[in-house]
Amino acid sequence: MSLFRKPLLAFSASVLLAAAVAGPAQAEDVSLLNVSYDPTREFYQEYNKEFADWYKAKSGDSVTIEQSHGGAGKQARAVIDGLPADVVTLALAYDISAIGERTGKLPADWQTRLPNNSAPYSSTIVFLVRKGNPKDIQDWDDLVKPGVEVITPNPKTSGGARWNYLAAWSYVLKKELGDLSKLDNPEYADEVKAAEKKATEYVTKLYKNVPILDSGARGSTTTFVKRGLGDVLLAWENEALLAVNKLSKGEFDIVVPSISILAEPPVTVVNGNVENKGAAAVEAAEAYLEYLYSPVAQKLAAKHYYRPVFGHFANKEDLKRFPNVTRVTVQDVFGGWQNAQQTHFNDGGVFDAIYLPQ
Amino acid sequence: MKRSFSILPGFRLASGITLFYLSLLVLIPLCALVWKTTELSPGELFATLTNGRVLASFRVSILTALAAAFINLFLGFVIAWVLVRYPMPMKRLFDAVIDLPFALPTAVAGIVLAALYAPDGWIGSFFTELGIRIAYTPLGIVVALIFIGLPFVVRTVEPVLQDLDRQLEEAAQSLGATPWTIFRRVLFPPLIPALLTGFALAFARGLGEYGSVIFIAGNMPMVSEIVPLLIITKLEQYDYAGATAIGLMMLVVAFIMLLVINMLQAWTRKRTGKL
Repeated sequence: MSLFRKPLLAFSASVLLAAAVAGPAQAEDVSLLNVSYDPTREFYQEYNKEFADWYKAKSGDSVTIEQSHGGAGKQARAVIDGLPADVVTLALAYDISAIGERTGKLPADWQTRLPNNSAPYSSTIVFLVRKGNPKDIQDWDDLVKPGVEVITPNPKTSGGARWNYLAAWSYVLKKELGDLSKLDNPEYADEVKAAEKKATEYVTKLYKNVPILDSGARGSTTTFVKRGLGDVLLAWENEALLAVNKLSKGEFDIVVPSISILAEPPVTVVNGNVENKGAAAVEAAEAYLEYLYSPVAQKLAAKHYYRPVFGHFANKEDLKRFPNVTRVTVQDVFGGWQNAQQTHFNDGGVFDAIYLPQ
Repeated sequence: MKRSFSILPGFRLASGITLFYLSLLVLIPLCALVWKTTELSPGELFATLTNGRVLASFRVSILTALAAAFINLFLGFVIAWVLVRYPMPMKRLFDAVIDLPFALPTAVAGIVLAALYAPDGWIGSFFTELGIRIAYTPLGIVVALIFIGLPFVVRTVEPVLQDLDRQLEEAAQSLGATPWTIFRRVLFPPLIPALLTGFALAFARGLGEYGSVIFIAGNMPMVSEIVPLLIITKLEQYDYAGATAIGLMMLVVAFIMLLVINMLQAWTRKRTGKL
């Protein structure tokens, strides 16, 4: 390692020197670490280049962005345990909030700092089925039929799996109640209770149809696509589109359920880390996230199968890939991630009860 | 006061380094584990450890690790025997292959095994016809642990087998012992300590194995969840204290089992008259 490091250091030092001589007097060299989750890899690879070029032209500072990808929960824990992330772009607001609560490195209201709950792109949960849809799966009700095998990861260990579960739960509530605003209205308390009972029954049946609980979303995709197990995979829309368009063309179909959930993977600056690097780094980190809302970045997001917040910036052909689907929010149905996590996924929650011996 | 004289110099330095090194790498992390667990009240600790899923996962982890270690004990012995005693073409190659499970990233092993033993995999499809499912059941965990633990038994038994004096066997034979008696009374006893060591290492490794198991286990609660997965589950909820509590419990279980095996070893050594 050190063998490689020294010439590299010397080289970068000479580059720095050259840059200092040639460039504007106050130009700085900034390096940022973006800690993200698994499926954003390809998007950020392209975005980082675009941003670096744009920022260099705008401010004169050169920004190098390093990427770290992994399961969202694991990534959040790494930051809590000291990984010096300057920005985090994770799958759940819950994981980013956990960083704030445990380290104090970002304020409690971090999600209001950028437009649209700090989520520059969104996604949803769809069904991936085998070509021709042999089991005729059209909506959530078809998943609990006897003989249908559903592949989804374990919500206790996978962020993506939590979205799947919450989408299923929301579907039943919406079906039973009709109008989700009843959830907050005390007049309908009994009706809500009955609907929640139905939802519990539904998810219990659903997970009885799940033969394997992989620990992460990529693991489930492998089980379904490569191992050939199961009839339907509950997946992120961006992962499903990637599988259909790139990985194995012509082997799978996407089925869009009548209702799904609005998955908003948020982004934020980790103030406690980036501020140690000085004012230029803070400025660059903030610009890095703000630029995600620019036409260039929005177009890129759509290209990489994320639904852009500002659809009009994206290519028409890219937008055509996103079917219309009613998407409910975690805020509306569950009153935020903290509540959803507490009620459903923590120890002793609704999900645990599914597997308790009756 | 006379210091006992040792012919080897540097005892103080060596013991100092040993203590420092062990503290840094083993004792301090273990103390931190215990310390973190004290965040839980005794009641919480008890509740965490007696939770149905946690108990079920301990059962799965211990039983599969034991089963795999036993299978490795027999097959590892046979392999070591063949490698030492019989001339074989490409013996060196086979010898090197034995160590591969040490070197291979365990996740790779898990993915490959899952692909082979899945219902439509090369080996799995054969077993499916017989009505046996291997991947995504506790059987799959055993398969992964056999793979991971094999080198331990082979590598501990091999050198002892090599050192066995052939003249003893010849003497027994000339005194009229049957092959079975020779094996039982001459060959086997000196191998027992090495076999036990190999068994203990394979078992301990299996108990803590995560990477390969996770891909082949299916991870169904109460059925095929291993203890390390439950630790990860706790961490996913940012429940560090709960995770360390399970980790500590695992450590205690492993320690007791290894202690028993060590005592067995000491006992057999005494019986066979070897120091």
